Amino acid sequence: MKSAVVVFPASNCDRDMIVALEKITGQKPHIIWHQDTEIPDVDLIALPGGFSFGDYLRCGAMAASAPALKEVIRHADRGGNLIGVCNGFQVLTETGLLPGALMRNKSLKFICQDVTLKVENADTKFTNAYTQDQLIRIPVAHHDGNYFADDEKLKELEDEGRVVFRYVDKNGNATEDANINGSQNNIAGIINRRKNILGMMPHPERLIEAPQGGTDGRAFFESIINALN
Amino acid sequence: MTWNNNIEITPEMVKEHGLSKDEYKLCLEILGRSPTLTELGIFSVMWSEHCSYKSSKLHLKTLPTTAPWVIHGPGENAGVIDIGDGQAAIFKMESHNHPSYIEPYQGAATGVGGILRDVFTMGARPVANMNALRFGSPDHPKTRHLLSGVVEGIGGYGNCVGVPTVGGETNFHPSYDGNILVNAMTVGIADQDKIFLSAAAGIGNPVVYVGSKTGRDGIHGATMASAEFTEDSEEKRPTVQVGDPFTEKLLIEACLELMSTDMVVAIQDMGAAGLTSSSVEMASGGGVGFEFNLDNVPQREEGMTPYEMMLSESQERMLIVLKPGREAEAEAIFHKWDLDFAVIGKINDSGKLTLSFKGEVVADIPAGPLADNSPEYDRPWDQPTSAPELSYDDVAAPADMADSLLKMMASPNLCSRAWIWQQYDHQVMADTIQKPGGDAAVVRVHGTKKALAISTDCTPRYCYADPVEGGKLTVAETWRNITSVGATPMAITDCLNFGNPERPEIMGQFVGCIQGIREACATLDYPVVSGNVSLYNETNGTGIHPTPAIGGVGLMQDHDKMVTIAPQSEGEVLLLVGETKGHLGASIYLDVMEGREEGAPPAVDLKLEKKNGDFVRSQILDGNISACHDLSDGGLLVGLAEMAMAAKMGMDLGIENGDIPLHAYMYGEDQARYILSVPAHKADAILKDAKEAGLVIQKIGTTGGEALTINGNITISVSQLLDVHSHWMPDYMSIE
Repeated sequence: MKSAVVVFPASNCDRDMIVALEKITGQKPHIIWHQDTEIPDVDLIALPGGFSFGDYLRCGAMAASAPALKEVIRHADRGGNLIGVCNGFQVLTETGLLPGALMRNKSLKFICQDVTLKVENADTKFTNAYTQDQLIRIPVAHHDGNYFADDEKLKELEDEGRVVFRYVDKNGNATEDANINGSQNNIAGIINRRKNILGMMPHPERLIEAPQGGTDGRAFFESIINALN
Repeated sequence: MTWNNNIEITPEMVKEHGLSKDEYKLCLEILGRSPTLTELGIFSVMWSEHCSYKSSKLHLKTLPTTAPWVIHGPGENAGVIDIGDGQAAIFKMESHNHPSYIEPYQGAATGVGGILRDVFTMGARPVANMNALRFGSPDHPKTRHLLSGVVEGIGGYGNCVGVPTVGGETNFHPSYDGNILVNAMTVGIADQDKIFLSAAAGIGNPVVYVGSKTGRDGIHGATMASAEFTEDSEEKRPTVQVGDPFTEKLLIEACLELMSTDMVVAIQDMGAAGLTSSSVEMASGGGVGFEFNLDNVPQREEGMTPYEMMLSESQERMLIVLKPGREAEAEAIFHKWDLDFAVIGKINDSGKLTLSFKGEVVADIPAGPLADNSPEYDRPWDQPTSAPELSYDDVAAPADMADSLLKMMASPNLCSRAWIWQQYDHQVMADTIQKPGGDAAVVRVHGTKKALAISTDCTPRYCYADPVEGGKLTVAETWRNITSVGATPMAITDCLNFGNPERPEIMGQFVGCIQGIREACATLDYPVVSGNVSLYNETNGTGIHPTPAIGGVGLMQDHDKMVTIAPQSEGEVLLLVGETKGHLGASIYLDVMEGREEGAPPAVDLKLEKKNGDFVRSQILDGNISACHDLSDGGLLVGLAEMAMAAKMGMDLGIENGDIPLHAYMYGEDQARYILSVPAHKADAILKDAKEAGLVIQKIGTTGGEALTINGNITISVSQLLDVHSHWMPDYMSIE
């Protein structure tokens, strides 16, 4: 699988994403610099976590208008696969490739901890290696992960099965306590209607081998490989 | 503002600049004339306690700083040790106490920024941040505000630059009511053949300024950090610098990119005393002169004077000596990262720092004497003494043992710190393999089987009760913590926080702690490779407890052998290594249960520490141990409770306390002790090995169930422990 990772000034999970993609796909990803106006032809583009442009203005706002994003959008428009993790998810909502917005966490504090996610839709290119309704443990690390969309959009996401991951408790219930950042409907990750663009706040690239404390993130990347074969 | 560099220097101006009469006399001797205003400012910051270590260096020189694995000890920006395979670990801890009290968010944030720069300026990629924090009493009206601001500041900076904050420690004590301590540590990794130093070289080579523009923030920060606080300290808020972690992240990447070429001759970050100290250190270190045209310094504000430019502590700036003719290539790298790049001068052979501004020379100081002839004081000090021994017979047993444990675990100094470390990204870089909450943080050396174990520790109540023993105990605790995960302790950085050194009592505490640290480092083969001294942590004549925070770094060759404090399964056997004597003097039990702070701290036998620790480590590396925890605050029962909570699993304990009262046995803080949780089939062999090695070891129970049960008649449920342990801090912080 050929992949690429976009690097913005102050992306800081770019290396983690590159390492995860290389370890799981066996191929080193291309690096796309935010000012690039040409990008390689790849099977997957990843927008990594971090604080692109210092999160000044709004998280992801300035990255959304970086020159490379024009090409990334073109890639997605052609049906190319695109993921955004954490800051990458924020960039995807800022570009309008995914609906909604990510607001400040309800606690108003940065949160870094492992959370339990329910795989709400295992029938996507990004989740097929999980089982439907599987509970997985993945870390979050963000200040602005509180997902918001208007009622109409929210209904559309739910009705069309486009909520891919949800924050749940150990029993799989989407409780208020489990909703660490205050997201509407406990939403942790969503997909576009065409099912080629996924955004999520949790970091699957941080849990891909046992020493990291678990491997629940691996299946995320393995799903993409499955989908291409 | 009217700017007159050549104004006549009056005794009042000298005093305002914090220079004594004798120091000013020395300044006149070095110059052979009266200083200009800019020069006075430069002398003032260079000779401040913060920059010159004038009260402490006499004693610091006595610390052990060498070992075959030490590549660079104190004197460089950070310490450097050999971790094999041509790689080096580079680390240092530094204080940012005074600014953090006045403006907690920015004070703490820029503390993190400053220590990161000390490490990457040497060519290392920072891989872990740690901290050691002290706050006043939880009842003090400012404590919430300070705790909240400091934690947010550390997180706000570290999270953005993408270096994981992997651990630390936090204490509360009324002695910090007027002076909190914010000590930040960074650990980085470099290739040994790519380590950069600050000594400038090459007559004619360009001197380049990179990073943020210079503003008026932080002027006289170093001087502020060299004086006591009084009621008007709030007025010093404008001397606190403002950090921009976004720029720092760009600066890290740009500098490391530059350092991957062969363009750099020398590099130095602009920390305390900014452009002044960086240029003086580089010039004096290389025995050369610098001539700067200050008009070329990138400036954030209009109308800045040379005095302001030289004394500004604006953040995220570096000074670099390049090889000649490489300016354009270097500039391209900094422009790629959207950072300022300006050639502000060049090296000459004058040995002087010569500054011109608008065509006029505004300062012309011999750099060597300014750096090297700084004052050095042998301040009078009182021989440190120990508080009298306190017998456990003088400490009442708790009415109910189970209740006492719940009260201890819910107390401010023993409760969970998750509220703090969950605000830090402790996982970015994806190499954190032991998260906060254990004995030491562990990060993998990226792409290898190696790992670094890091621990920051200090027990100020011990240091107050007996500075010499306290100094030893603090070093021993980091050593034990690193051992407990299976790593070999390599070296330490020290961050020495004390009150006013002009008081013999305080100076005695300092000298005593140094003595203890010296003895511990020597016996444990655990040298000091970097450090920082913060004095004048006093308000209106009341000093803090002596707080020599130690940051220890250890190495693991194979991180798969690492253990945590959490037993892995039911039915494991719990072994207690080391002798339990029930020492309750200066203990946390005495403080929490009786509100008493008295007695001598526990004695520490450094040879025994080494013997017990080496045994524990070898058992871990042989794969015999499922979990390990060293005993410190709160002794045996607190240690066991922490293990039970980490595993969410109970323990059945059979305690043979002999003549020692149970509460003293369970809460005594005797040193050189560890609890091992081992698979049942391995227990006998370990006991035999330990006894053959002459260790005191005993079986104290097994894991399993949902409660801690002591001798069949005291039961404390693990879920209740978890509940009280986790609630104190969030509850405390949620009160407006």
